[in-house]
Parts: sequence; C-alpha cells; structure tokens
Amino acid sequence: MTIPDIKCLLPMVILACGILFTMMLIAVNRNHRLIFISTLLVLSAAIIADSLQTSEKPHAIGEIVIVDRFGIYYQVLLLSATWVISIFSYISLEHFFSDKRKEEYYLLLMLATLGACMMAISTHFISFFVSIELLTISLYTLISYYRNQAKAIEAGLKYLVLAAMSSAFLLFGMALVYAVSGTMSFSGLSAITPSLNASAQLMLVAGIGLMVVGIGFKLALVPFHMWAPDVYEGASSPISAFIASVSKCSVVALLLHLFVIANLYQYQKVMLAFIVIAILSMLMGNLLALMQKNVKRILAYSSIAHLGYLLVAFIAGKGMGVEAATFYMTIYMITVIGAFGIMTIISPSDEDANIENLKGLFWRKPYLAALFTIFLLSLAGIPLTAGFMGKYFVLAAGLGKTEWLLALVLVISSVVGLFYYLRVIVVMMKTDENSILTSSSFLRSSPAGVLMLTFLGLLVIGLGVYPDWLIEMVKNIQ
Amino acid sequence: MILFWLIILLMGCGLLAWLTARWNNTLPRMISLAGITVQFLVVIWLWLIHRQGNGVGRWIISYTHAWIPDFGIQIKLGVDGLSLLMLVLTSFLGILSVLVSWKDIKERIGFFHFNLMFVLAGITGVFLSLDLFLFYFSWEVMLLPMYFLISIWGNENRIYAANKFFLFTQASGLLMFLSILGLYMVHGRQSGIYTFDYEQLLGTVMGAQTALLLMLGFVIAFIVKLSTVPFHSWLPDAHTQAPTAGSVILAGLLLKTGAYGLIRFVLPLFPQASHQFAPVAMVLGVISILYGAKLAFAQTDIKRLIAYISVSHMGFILLGIYAFNEMAMEGVVMQMVVHGVSTGALFIIAGALHERIHTRDVTQMGGLWNKMPKMGAMGLLFVMASLGLPGLGNFVAEILILIGSFSTNKTLTVIATTGLVAATIYSLRIMQKVFYGKEQKQWDVTDFGFREMGMLISLSVAIIWLGLFPAPVLNLAKSAAVNLTGNTNNIVQVKPNINKQKYLVINEGVFGIRLISEKLQNKQINHKATIKNDHTGY
Repeated sequence: MTIPDIKCLLPMVILACGILFTMMLIAVNRNHRLIFISTLLVLSAAIIADSLQTSEKPHAIGEIVIVDRFGIYYQVLLLSATWVISIFSYISLEHFFSDKRKEEYYLLLMLATLGACMMAISTHFISFFVSIELLTISLYTLISYYRNQAKAIEAGLKYLVLAAMSSAFLLFGMALVYAVSGTMSFSGLSAITPSLNASAQLMLVAGIGLMVVGIGFKLALVPFHMWAPDVYEGASSPISAFIASVSKCSVVALLLHLFVIANLYQYQKVMLAFIVIAILSMLMGNLLALMQKNVKRILAYSSIAHLGYLLVAFIAGKGMGVEAATFYMTIYMITVIGAFGIMTIISPSDEDANIENLKGLFWRKPYLAALFTIFLLSLAGIPLTAGFMGKYFVLAAGLGKTEWLLALVLVISSVVGLFYYLRVIVVMMKTDENSILTSSSFLRSSPAGVLMLTFLGLLVIGLGVYPDWLIEMVKNIQ
Repeated sequence: MILFWLIILLMGCGLLAWLTARWNNTLPRMISLAGITVQFLVVIWLWLIHRQGNGVGRWIISYTHAWIPDFGIQIKLGVDGLSLLMLVLTSFLGILSVLVSWKDIKERIGFFHFNLMFVLAGITGVFLSLDLFLFYFSWEVMLLPMYFLISIWGNENRIYAANKFFLFTQASGLLMFLSILGLYMVHGRQSGIYTFDYEQLLGTVMGAQTALLLMLGFVIAFIVKLSTVPFHSWLPDAHTQAPTAGSVILAGLLLKTGAYGLIRFVLPLFPQASHQFAPVAMVLGVISILYGAKLAFAQTDIKRLIAYISVSHMGFILLGIYAFNEMAMEGVVMQMVVHGVSTGALFIIAGALHERIHTRDVTQMGGLWNKMPKMGAMGLLFVMASLGLPGLGNFVAEILILIGSFSTNKTLTVIATTGLVAATIYSLRIMQKVFYGKEQKQWDVTDFGFREMGMLISLSVAIIWLGLFPAPVLNLAKSAAVNLTGNTNNIVQVKPNINKQKYLVINEGVFGIRLISEKLQNKQINHKATIKNDHTGY
C-alpha cells in the first residue's frame, strides 16, 4: 500500500475507523443520541473525503479494487443514503423500540454500508465476495433487530437461510469461472476469454449463470424474489429502505462494473437470461403488488418491478445503458427512501402498515400525505416527478439498442403498476370518519424526519422538472 | 416568454390557492379566477395583435429555451391560429369552471383549485408545445389532477370512473410516448441530430411500415382521448361522475386535446401513413356518430346522455380530420370550439339540475319549465345548438365538415348525415323529459341565480356569435388548415371559396345546405370556371 492508495481509500478508512471509534464510544457512554450523532459525523466525514477525490484517472489498487469516478459516485450515493436512513432509524428506534440496547444498530448499519461501498469499487471476485458478505451478515442482524416482534425474527431468519444459499451459488459460480479461466479479476477475465475453447466457454457461461442467481437474489429479481415481501414487511421501515436502496444499489454498481470490465455483454445466453429475468420481474412485480394489502409489501413488490426496469437499461449495455441505470438507481433510491421514511413516521409496526390505516391521511396530515403522494407518483413515473425522467432515460437507452420487446413490457407493466400506487393515494384521500385510528403511536411526527422528507420531496420534484445537473453528473462517471 | 408565463401563472395560482385555503375559503376561488382571467386577457390580446398582422411566419409568437440539452429536449412553445383558438377556449371554459364550482365545491376548496389550475396548465401546455417531449409531459400533467378532481369531488361511483379514466388515458399515452421515442430514434439515426423538436422532426423520412407503427401509437392515444367508439367507454363514466367543473373541462377541453393532437402531430408527421389510415379513421368516425347517438337516446342519466352526445360529435371531428381538405379542416376546428361551448353549457345546466334535485335521472324530472323558466330557456338554446340548428355555431361546423368530407367519401358522409337526424331526436328528448311534460315529482327548486345566469348568457352570446359571424374563427382556423393540409401531398384538393360558402350559410340558413351542395357539385364538374366566377362575383 502506497500513500496514493491510502488516499484513494481514505473514505473507506474513515468509515472503518469511525465504526471502531463509535464502538468504543458505546463502551464509554451508552447514549442513543450521542451514538447517533457520532454516526452522522462519521458518515459525513466519509462523504466529504469522497467528494474531495479529484483525480481524473482511475486508480487501481492491485486487481482488487479500482477507484474511479464511477466508484466514487456510487460511494457518495450509498453513504448519503445511509446518512438519511440513519435519521429515520433514530426516529424509529427512539419511538418504537422499547429495548434498551439501541446503539449497536448504528454499528451494523455502518458496517453494512462499508460492505456496500467496497462493493462499488470491487474489481475482483474476492473483494466482491468479502464485501457482499459484510453487507449481508450485517443485514441479518439489522432485519431482526426489533427482536420483540415475531415477524422481524421470522424475516431475519428467512433472509439468513436464503442469503446463505445464494452466497453458495455465487461462490460456486466464481469457482467454475476460476476453474476455466484461472483468474478471479474482472479485467483478467476479459483478457482471457477470447482464447478459450468451446467447452471451456460453456463452463464459463455456466459459472456466470450461477453468479447471476446469486446477484439476482440480492436484487430480488423474479424468480429469486420470494424473500423480499416478507423481509420488507418484517423489518423496520428504515431497514426496508436500506435493503431497497443501499443494498440493491451496491449490487447494481458491482454488476455494471463486472459486465463492463469483464466484457460479459458478449455472451448472448447470459444476456438472454437477463432479458427473461427483466421481463418476469417487471410483470410479476407489478401484478403481485396488485393483491397486497400492506403498504410495505406493496413497496417490496414495486421494488422488484423497479429493478426489472433498471435491468432494461443494464441490458442496453455500455455507454447510455450504464448512464441510464445509474440515473435510474439514484432516483429510485431518493424516492424509495422517502416512501419508507413516511412509513417510519406514520406506522410503527407491520400491522399498522395496512393500507386501510392510511384512510383519510390526506385530511389529517395533509403535508405528510402530499409528500407520500409525490413519492408514490414518482415510483409510478408520472411527469413533474423524478421517476418520469428516470423511466424516460431507461426507455431511451433500451430503444437506443432497439430492445422493443423490453420497452413494450416496461410500458405495459408500468400501466399495471399505476393501479396500486393510485389505490394507496385514493385510500389516503378517502374520508370515512369511523375508521380513523386513534392509536397513540400513530402519526407521531418528528421535525427532523419531516425536514428530511421535505428535502427528498423537493429533490424528487426538482429532478422531475430540471434533471439536467444529475444527467451531467451521471454522464461524467464513465 | 409570455407563453411560458401562461403555464407558470396557472401553476403558481394553483399552489397559492392551495396554500391560502387554510385561512380563507373565498381566497382560493379569487386567486384561481384571477389567474385564469389574466390568461384569458393575454390570449385575447394575442388574438388582437395577430389580427393587426404582426405575426411573422407560421407562428404568431413562439418561445424556445433549452431544457435538457443532452437529449435534445427544449421548452419550445408556439402559437398559431389553431392553438390560439384552443387557448381562447381553454381560458374561457377555465373561467366558467371556476365560477361553476364557486358554490358547488364546499370541501377542500384549496386542493380543488390546485387541481383545477393544474389541469388547465397541462391543457395550455398541450396546446402550446412544439417539442414532443414537452408535449407528452404536458399531456401527462393534465391527467393526474383530473383524476383527483373526479375521485375526490365526484359523484357516487367516482373511484371506479376515475380509475377507468386514468388507465385508458395513461395506457394509450404511454404507447404514444413509445412512438415519440421511436420517432426520436429514427430521426436521430438518419440525421445524427437527436431532437424532440417538432419542426425538425417534420421532415423525417422513414419506411412505410415504421411510419404506420409509429403513427398508430399517436393515433391510439388521440382517439382514446377523442373517445372514438371502440375506446369510448371511459368517457360516459368519467363525465357522469365528475363534478360539474370537471365535466365541463373534460368535455370542453380534454376531448379537444385528442383532436388537436391528430391535427397538429399525426397528419404532418406521418402524411403517407395517415392516408393509408384515413378510411379506417373515417369509418370509426361515422360509427362514433351513429353509435353515440343511439346510446345517447337510450340513457336516462342526463349527464351520461350528454356524454354520449359528445361521443357522437367527436365522430364528426374524426371524419373531418381524415377528409384531408381545407373546408373539412375548418369545420373541425369550428366544431372543436362550438362543441366546447355547447356541451360545456349543457353540463353546467345538468350540474345545476343535479344540485337542485339531487338526481340525474330524467325519468324523475319533467315539467320543470314552469318552475325554472330561465333554466328551461337556456336548456332549449343549447339543446338546439347541439342538434345543429342553423344560426348557432354547431350548424356551421357540422355543415362544413360534411361538405368537406363529401368530396372525399360520399357514402360515409351520407351515412354520417343521418347522425344529424338522430341528434334531433336525442336532443329534443332532453327537453321533453326534463322541461316539458308532466311533473313526475313535486320538486322544490329555485331558478338560476345571478352567477349562473351570467355564465350561461356569456355562453349563449358565444354560441350565437359563432353561428352568425364565424368569420374571425374561420380565418384563424384557415391559416392552420392551409398549413396542415398543405403538408399532406398527393391530395386532390377541392378548394371551394370558403368565404362564399360561409356567407351562404349565414344568409340563407337552412336552405343554404341545398345551395351549397349544388354549388359544390357544379364546382367539381367545372372547377376552374367556378373559381373564376367566385373571384369575379365577390
């Protein structure tokens, strides 16, 4: 490790040291607010360190990681998302978690973020696997952190079993690829593949296929999506937001890196698999969401569909495809964190996330309901919201590569998708006097949370009207 | 710049109305009334300077500003005769829809006006956009507030109606979006310039197959909006369930965006494909005329009845657009305006009735003339207008469309003309069931008040003015019609002298029909000679 190496990894170093520091802080003084502030400071320091990285050239550290603008963009995105999520976590823990030991939550959150950030710069199977495990193992605990709730424990266990299995697939795929090519770095893979004979090619494709299973599981793509609704429902809202945004975003970054650097776009069979997965995810995600009664489950299925949309951009490949995928991911993260943020404030437990409990929200809490409407409309891709611009970008990327089928499925499934987003909105607008909940935990609002939501809402509207700056930023990352 | 401010003004007023609602109930109404009135005045001012001949080139006034340069997306707005007329209609009906909901809407006034203003802003955007992306953007912006208007302030079955409305229009709109993107890609590959600019896309060369597919995407979106028969089923529900202001805007303006889209985008962008499609479209138009009329006759719900009248009248528009000649096109533009006025008035009357007797069932009404003579008189006027009585605007429009399309397709036009007979039957049925006949129940009702009378008098002035002196409107429409039909080559253009026809219509009333058709036949036989005669004669 040289000085420039460490300089490039400084944000990660700061984050890792920050985690240790916070851990020690807990030992000295177990104070929820203190630990929360320390978390925010550590994350802020890492974000600042990242945004100070000015070097234009990509900096590779061995074959393990590469710090380029792409990686830095994703790191900033992931860290900022965690920053926002920790605010909602604070609200959730403070109000809805009766247990005393709240502080370790933040350590796990930061550890998961560290894994996610490392994944965004990984260019080697080893660094990839270590970071994804760091992320996943922290998530096991985070999902079942609210241990007084049976559903949280169930969700955590479900995630544990299935994630472990998907890791096995991932490892086996890597082993197969390694067996044929003798290399585990992405760039090495792209160099070696042209010289392989047919049977070795087949094995390579099989290996990549198995890795796609593992990645598909992390992204909750159909047919590897079974865990998503249960986990989203069981976990606390901030953690659901974390899974939907940070966890998926880091895997998307890795996927883009892997396919671009190792040039896996050349394998027609793999791409065909992705096309099928994308179509299934878009259709199934939206169709299954229609039948849900719990808002968090609706958001889970909607996130399956959205990752399907994102795959359309991913399939479009290098250039515009990568830009569109990054743009879409950014916007999806802003929106989904906003949506789960609202859920954090208005419904403390999974039972309260029932759609009927939102009845009349528009007339009791007009401001929160208006924000929630904005987020839902953005998810549905209605103009004046960022989601529309994202969908446009994805469609343009897809059509640029003449993927007419994918574009058509995207359009049709997003019409289906409208149904359930609208249903939530309509329920919020209903007035049925006798159904209004008077539970004391309901509708607790916190100024910090509302402020954060306002910011996210403005961002969604702002990007919907004037997305130019983000497009510029996204175009710069390659 | 002023065009852009028109949109911003409405959106700003909408937001302001929502915010001020917490202090005062009258303030939101005042704000939106002020906003839409300012728009009306600006549009009238544009019309006046246009008449003095200040307009240079095709657009009276236009505005271009970069929006998302990376994708070739601009904020490009422009006004020509057609969009100017549509803007006048938008702001006029906008004022009425604010006035009509003055006492009608008692709950959530702020949010209501927010939605109202945003629908109007979206419609204004649709009529102004010269960038296809911006056009789609505005197209979508007008949807959602309309959805809220129906689903919150609507009648008993509002959620169902709102969902149906939204899904029909959204699904077809997304198909259009795909077509827009397809056109963008085709143009980009050919010229290397990726742009959504309408004027640049105009000359795009593409294969017949591609053009047909892309055109269908647009056409489906527009004829769903126009509620042409196989796609009309959202309209009766939406119109019936919407609050009065919503019905007025739906019938008066939203339907027109479909017709406007066909005229502005489909014909110029895909001239060849449109010709291929013309027979189908004309048949659909005729089916809409007759089927709409038949269903209108069968309704007992008064708002539903009026909704089917709209289906029937929109059939004329489709017929006229695909007749590809100047006269029919002028008739279409005229029909767009007069239908907005007459149906708007009918919905206001129906809304007033519903407010007073809390039912829309015509079998329960009857004999209301005695109790509400003012409403009855107004009802009679607009019923007459919608059945096409000479002297009122609808007559001019329908006769122009029929004469224009007669030269293109005789059989279909003859069948379509029977729609006028059907119109007489269903329109008179409204009068008979509601205002004449025996009283079914003892309703305790009050007649129109000052506000309602004011609205309807302004509408009747408009409809009579359009019927007697259609020249200003037709002149505006003419410039647009020449521009548009001029683009579609390979058409045998029958160019009767428009002014003469018009005067015939005005001076000779019902008998004019016979004269005009005779004239037209003469002209076809002896085209050159007639034109010569016309020039010397007038």
